Amino acid sequence: MLIIPCPYCGPRDETEFAYGGEAHVVRPDPAEDDAAWSARLFLRHNPKGWTRERWRHQIGCGQWFNLCRDTATNAIGPAYRMGDAQPPFPDRETKP
Amino acid sequence: MTGSRLPAGGLIDRTKPISFTFEGRALTGYAGDSVASALLANDVRIVGRSFKRHRPRGLLSLGMEEPNAILNVGTGAHAAPNRFATELPLAQGLAVSPTRGWPSSRFDLGGVLDLWPTPLAAGFYYKTFIGPRLPGVRDAWNRLWEPLLRSLAGQGRAPEGVDPDAYDHAHIEVDVAVVGAGLAGLAAAEAALGRGARVALFERDIRPGGRALGRDGDPRIDDAAPLAWAEGAWARIADNPRATAKLRTTAFGLYDGRQLAVYELPVDGPYAGRIWHVRAKEIVIAAGALERPMTFPGNDRPGVMLASAVEAAIRRYGVRPGGQAVVFLNHGDGAGLRQALNAADIEIVAEVGPDETVTGTQGFGRLQSVDIAPLGPDGLPRMDARRRVPADLLATSGGWSPALALHLIQGGRQAWSEADGCFIAAGGGQDGVRLAGAANARFSAAAALADGHGSTAGGAPGPKTTGGDAAPSGQGLPLAPIAAERLKRQAFIDFQHDVTVADIGLAAREGFHAIEHAKRYTTAGMGTDQGRTAQLATAAALAAATGREIGDIGLSGLRPPVTPVPFGALGGWRRGALFAPVRQTPMHRRHEALGAVFEDVGDWKRARYYAAPGEAMAPAVARECRAVRTAVGALDVSTLGKIAVAGPDAAAFLNRVYTNRMDTLAVGACRYGVMLKDDGMVFDDGVVARLGPNRFHVTTTSGGAAAVLNWLEDWRQTEWPDLKVWLASVTEQWAGVAVAGPNAARTLAALAPELDLSDTAFPHLTWRDATAAGLSARIFRVSFSGERGYEINVPWRHGEALWDAVLAAGAIPYGTEAMHVLRAEKGFIVVGHETDGTVTPVDLGLSWLISAKKGDFIGKRALARPALTAPGRKQLVGLEPEDASVVLDEGAQIIATATPRPPEPMLGHVASSYWSSALNRGFALALVKDGRARHGERLFAWSLGVAHAVRVRDPVFYDPKGARLHA
Repeated sequence: MLIIPCPYCGPRDETEFAYGGEAHVVRPDPAEDDAAWSARLFLRHNPKGWTRERWRHQIGCGQWFNLCRDTATNAIGPAYRMGDAQPPFPDRETKP
Repeated sequence: MTGSRLPAGGLIDRTKPISFTFEGRALTGYAGDSVASALLANDVRIVGRSFKRHRPRGLLSLGMEEPNAILNVGTGAHAAPNRFATELPLAQGLAVSPTRGWPSSRFDLGGVLDLWPTPLAAGFYYKTFIGPRLPGVRDAWNRLWEPLLRSLAGQGRAPEGVDPDAYDHAHIEVDVAVVGAGLAGLAAAEAALGRGARVALFERDIRPGGRALGRDGDPRIDDAAPLAWAEGAWARIADNPRATAKLRTTAFGLYDGRQLAVYELPVDGPYAGRIWHVRAKEIVIAAGALERPMTFPGNDRPGVMLASAVEAAIRRYGVRPGGQAVVFLNHGDGAGLRQALNAADIEIVAEVGPDETVTGTQGFGRLQSVDIAPLGPDGLPRMDARRRVPADLLATSGGWSPALALHLIQGGRQAWSEADGCFIAAGGGQDGVRLAGAANARFSAAAALADGHGSTAGGAPGPKTTGGDAAPSGQGLPLAPIAAERLKRQAFIDFQHDVTVADIGLAAREGFHAIEHAKRYTTAGMGTDQGRTAQLATAAALAAATGREIGDIGLSGLRPPVTPVPFGALGGWRRGALFAPVRQTPMHRRHEALGAVFEDVGDWKRARYYAAPGEAMAPAVARECRAVRTAVGALDVSTLGKIAVAGPDAAAFLNRVYTNRMDTLAVGACRYGVMLKDDGMVFDDGVVARLGPNRFHVTTTSGGAAAVLNWLEDWRQTEWPDLKVWLASVTEQWAGVAVAGPNAARTLAALAPELDLSDTAFPHLTWRDATAAGLSARIFRVSFSGERGYEINVPWRHGEALWDAVLAAGAIPYGTEAMHVLRAEKGFIVVGHETDGTVTPVDLGLSWLISAKKGDFIGKRALARPALTAPGRKQLVGLEPEDASVVLDEGAQIIATATPRPPEPMLGHVASSYWSSALNRGFALALVKDGRARHGERLFAWSLGVAHAVRVRDPVFYDPKGARLHA
């Protein structure tokens, strides 16, 4: 089970959190074309390695935040609040 | 001479006899015995039969390697299949039996299979029995072969009845968790305690010490005998308040976040137990090593035992496992074994030297003699020069392999070490997880102690050893050279599944060169012993058969659990009534008293219908529907999701999450709305009431409340953090009763005499605060039945009082099934019935709900995508079966013909279907391609081979003008 560092509450068990998919997917202006909206609605990156994703501390403070996670090793990187600057990925292959 | 108890010695208490039964035979062992050692002491040589060929099998080991002595424990409901006899402490009254063999493991009629083994070669179930067909027998596989095979197969007997045991789960968080209380594990735990850490130490055996328990010839540790040192160390650790030390505990899983899963057996027997969920900053895997049997022809005969098992039988259990022994090792660590054999007065009749090998064994169900042959210049045994020696015991060792399972299942890697003659850990896995001792290929006592101590370095020096130290050196592959193909069929790699060296050769010839393929094709290592003895031998045989190096072949992958764990233990308390959380409304007891039949809606228990004594579902539902249509009914709506929305931007927020305008809603009014996902698909629906300029009360579906709140919080926090609005769940603050029917106003008037219920003072889609039944209530005038309706909400704790008052005022209780019939008659959708995540509000005929006059809302842009505006979308329609008595199956496919010919074009499906007592016919709501243009068309609803003719029509069946809302 992952241990996720909620930026409001500190490290907690994964079971307290709800996953919210890839982070920083920008919602286009309604005036933008179908291609831009299709990308927003249906296309995600699904990388192998470090990624930024959204989580909500559902059984806790209820806050949404962003988290760096390595999809290949399940290593957990820094978490940061919505709107905060994106921290760099850990530069080595950290394990959880 | 046969196996029997020695007069003295060992770690058993001869003053404490323990009775148990094996296959119904009454036997006696002593405190300190395992089931396996007690069987050996009682001269039980056949402990089971193999899976495929039903060959007799005896104890190979006395430890965690055991492939044969995997037994049923207990009977009836109090039974546990597939327990390792070698790891099961003997307990008074224990009843154990083999998992296979009929009528008994000694006289197994299935043994006839062994006389004709060729059809059971590798992959037999892929290529046998499909053909040739037997003359006169059609469908021979299903009728003959499969039933026959199933009767012979099987892995243990499932318990009969509900498990009577209670299993516990416990959680513990420590700095250092150590798996294994052998020399390395004890050293690691003491070192960690020495630097102030909180420590958990888990040992699967009933005693600490690991190899020291059954072995002689190790050096003295801190001036004590190894076992005495181990017991002292254990006592020091157990006494330390910062330590949790547990015996009879097996770590079976290691998961992300350094979470260790451990199964603890109770002290008094093999049943029940506890799962420990362990979180640790550092984990030391000191799980020891597994001894490998040599693979040679006849190596499965009872009496062939691992060298460590022979030594442990004598040293630990005081059992003499034979009288005349042959010793066959592929390494130089035999001194301890020889001393033990001498001590037990067992004659070593032959020792197979490095230039020799065993070419066969004889004996029916019991070893009688062993063939030994010298190796020729080609490396193969010279069969013409073989000699036969009498022996009832063959102590064999093909070296040792570190127990890497926990390392591997958490992502660790392994690599072949030529120097060590085994696969060793090679990185990977989580930070903070280390191997120590024999698990880390430190096979000597001194090296294991140093490794264990050093792995949690810092502080005091580690235990000091004095005296000679032995370790297996120069160990090679555990595969004896075999001269002939015929003999390879007698050299067993997987004892449980009867996989031989010949089977691996066959798999290689048929192209299964990868270890994972060869494993699955031959089933080597796929038994309940999890292939602990088979894994390396499979790789070695495959390497030999394909001319490759074993390091290039590798071992097959592992998954948790690394040892069998009872399902009951995994479930713990989560069974029966505690299986899943149950939510009940405050009126639940009243529903029960009224004979309610409940259905699950999310976690809620909702009354589906109220059955009078002897009343079936259909008449009960029809009666409830009639009550609402002709008089007045009462429905418990406490489960509706309720969300309080407050803040200066509350109206703006709701404008963005619903398709229609909510900013124009007047205080005191309410409005139906649907929410979309951003892809334009309907997500949830409900009623929004405006309580004040900046305050709203939003209802959601009963099952969707949590998801809706999560969703709204997502948008509030991440897309529109600038909006000043706050959300809170108030679902369990308000209990509610819907009062519906032409007499609804009369009923409410009796409860709230001061409230003006006229259409002008309290019109449809408004709400009022009032006193009802003496309770302060918030009353919404809404309708989900098409009849005049009120939803009376009171504080949760008063729900029962409100329900009682509403029924006392004459309302007939109705359940969710009647609610569904009534809403479907009106063409009202239910999210999840008429929607499935691919349905837009336009598809549902709810275009009038989509405001063109407001700005962006969730899903607005997607509704303009070409795919959502193109013709051919499925649209909500009503269906009338031509035969009025028919109630269509929900999920029935809509097609254009009564006689479909695949691939018949699917036009849609039935979403909801009921019997309507108001219409006196069956009716349905359906999603049909271009359905709104098909009104009047005749189509067919096909389900389970039957096609019913249906007439497509408008989805509103009852009171299309809505006059009854004001009745």
